[in-house]
Amino acid sequence: MKKTERKILLQGNEAVVEGAIAAGIRFFAGYPITPASEILEGFALRMPQVGGAFIQMEDEISALSAVIGASIGGAKAITATSGPGMSLMSENIGLAIVEEIPCVIVDVQRVGPGSGMIFTSQGDAMYAKWGTPGGNEIIALAPSSVKECFDLTVKAVNLSERFRVPVTLLSDAHLGHMREVIDVVDYEQIEKVDRPKPTCPPEKYLTYDADESGVPAMADVGTAYRSRLTPYLHDKGGVYGPSPEERRFLIHRLHHKILDHLDEILMVEQTMVEDARIAVFAYGICARSAKAAVKAARAKGIKVGLFRPITLWPFPTEAVSKLAQQVDRIVVAEMNCGQLVLEVERASKGEARVSFVGQDDGILMTPEKILATIEEDLNG
Amino acid sequence: MPSSTVRDITQIDIDLKKCTGCGICVEFCSRGVLALNAGYAEVVRLDRCTVCRLCELRCPEPAIIVTTRKE
Amino acid sequence: MGKLTPLSEILERQYSFVPGAVLGTGCAGCGGGIVTQALARAIDRIHISQDNVFIILGVQCSGTQAAALGYSMLNGLHGRPLGYATGLKLFRPELTVITVQGDGDAVSIGGNHFIHAARRNIDITTIICNNFIYARTGGQFSPTTPTGAHATSAPYGVIDRPFDVCKLAEAAGATFVARGTSYHAIELVDIIEKAILHRGYSVVEVLAQCPTSFGRQNRDIMGGGSGVEMMKWMRDNAIGIDKARKMSNKELKGKIPIGVFVDRKAPEYTEEYWNTVKRLQEVK
Repeated sequence: MKKTERKILLQGNEAVVEGAIAAGIRFFAGYPITPASEILEGFALRMPQVGGAFIQMEDEISALSAVIGASIGGAKAITATSGPGMSLMSENIGLAIVEEIPCVIVDVQRVGPGSGMIFTSQGDAMYAKWGTPGGNEIIALAPSSVKECFDLTVKAVNLSERFRVPVTLLSDAHLGHMREVIDVVDYEQIEKVDRPKPTCPPEKYLTYDADESGVPAMADVGTAYRSRLTPYLHDKGGVYGPSPEERRFLIHRLHHKILDHLDEILMVEQTMVEDARIAVFAYGICARSAKAAVKAARAKGIKVGLFRPITLWPFPTEAVSKLAQQVDRIVVAEMNCGQLVLEVERASKGEARVSFVGQDDGILMTPEKILATIEEDLNG
Repeated sequence: MPSSTVRDITQIDIDLKKCTGCGICVEFCSRGVLALNAGYAEVVRLDRCTVCRLCELRCPEPAIIVTTRKE
Repeated sequence: MGKLTPLSEILERQYSFVPGAVLGTGCAGCGGGIVTQALARAIDRIHISQDNVFIILGVQCSGTQAAALGYSMLNGLHGRPLGYATGLKLFRPELTVITVQGDGDAVSIGGNHFIHAARRNIDITTIICNNFIYARTGGQFSPTTPTGAHATSAPYGVIDRPFDVCKLAEAAGATFVARGTSYHAIELVDIIEKAILHRGYSVVEVLAQCPTSFGRQNRDIMGGGSGVEMMKWMRDNAIGIDKARKMSNKELKGKIPIGVFVDRKAPEYTEEYWNTVKRLQEVK
């Protein structure tokens, strides 16, 4: 089949909307917040055009609630917010994890803490994983171009369906508003993944029946299948108050349905690392500055490579461990006060020296700043 | 030929595993059909039951079932 | 009001006793189970397919009881049922979506979602089991606890004034608003039936006694502390709305109006939305 491509000029936030539609999203609920409001507005315009549902809810709590409700009704559903909204969505993210509801949450990050400022940051990197009580596995992806805003939204939707888990797309204020020309194929040609459906008859269906690293089938509502969805720890039937053994089984399965399938989830881009003595670890929009810094360093004869995780969670521990064995030093460049650097230190196991360059003022990190960190203490 | 009479037989079953002895069915039965005995509801005057079903509707558990059949 | 279906048939048709599920609270005299049965009876009367019913429960004792029903259901976060319900109903307007919530769930933590669902007039039915307390968590006061009552978080007596849940619903725009009680169980089935059939946002507030958490702390309010005493109090103090409207304020003091207060038509949210989509598609 001939893939017809067209070139469109899009903002990062607009690309998220189009990527979502291409992935089959037909439900958006959200609440205005800078710098994510263009996503809300984009869906307000586009959802009716594609026969989908859009609703502006009364707050971020109900925005994610509505997304969850629609997903239960069979919709591929998405919401978008920024840091303060992520805080409000925290409890529902926990619910979506335990109830295993496919959904995508776009976090267009802004400076924190608190209400911070509406400018760019990568301050929610750790929050994306740890921002809901209990400790759990989720998936978080970090686009670093407008094209990736489109493609990774598609990927996020597909992963959320495949694993019945909330997937966070960690964009940021800068990426959300910058414009680039991207190539896009016909949406019909984009691969779409659907949540697993029951193969047993309705009377045999148990809402949460799956093996130790499995994903349970999600029955359609409005049919003879009965679903008992609950955010409490539950047994395979969705009944509250399971035995300690059943609780352990559930928690183990929620972790392992993700951890046992990393080959489907982890995406990393490594550039010029084969002969590198130093690697720069950077993600999202900061990786663009890092790429420029790496090129500039190479021009000066410094053997530097770039390690860009596209999947932030689960963290690519094995790939970073291998990297640490390969290079002498890893420079972590992220636009916060030091978050994923902790994971890099952990994964490096002391095999490489880890240094950090951060940014906490809402300004995009410059290639010069990263280059300066690469150059300082070169012989140390 | 013997004459046949068709009667309505009423039966009231109280699930003692569910009954908490709250006394709601007893108190609000206008016919005095039920009473509390050792912490459970029991039927004392079945003959006075008019099958209004208010005991069924007002039982929190629900532990009391009223059935009728023809005999 | 027709003949009442035998409970044995209701249990068979509308309940689903899932192994391991804890059904009734087991508290002697609890009003919540009475509401659950009334809901089951109302759905049975309407003859809608169970497949198309979806119940969303908040966090309250009555939620546990409603979990005994044979429909697909979602336990939501405390206070958030109307968010899930809105998303589900908007995407699947053909489903019958019902939320069952306690007083705190509906008008305290869930208050914001309550007034917006009413404002949108979305075709959802909310049944509020009002036991005037947070029973499940041990007896803290809620926004419906009477002034001066005792609660574990108000040992010197509640200072706040309580909401009138029905007036709140009406003011926010709900197009069907009714109040029932666990004592008036037959009327309750009728009210719930009307509420579900109503096209628009329907609120049914049910006074459903809690002897364990409310009654034990407040033996001198609402007739006493037991289920029987509180239901007697409802019998003696509830006044049908038609009668209440003819009474003076003095005569109404201490009385509680019950019945259907609001039953009107207004544009329903999902219908308005999908009509917009349809018009857009036709223009293309």
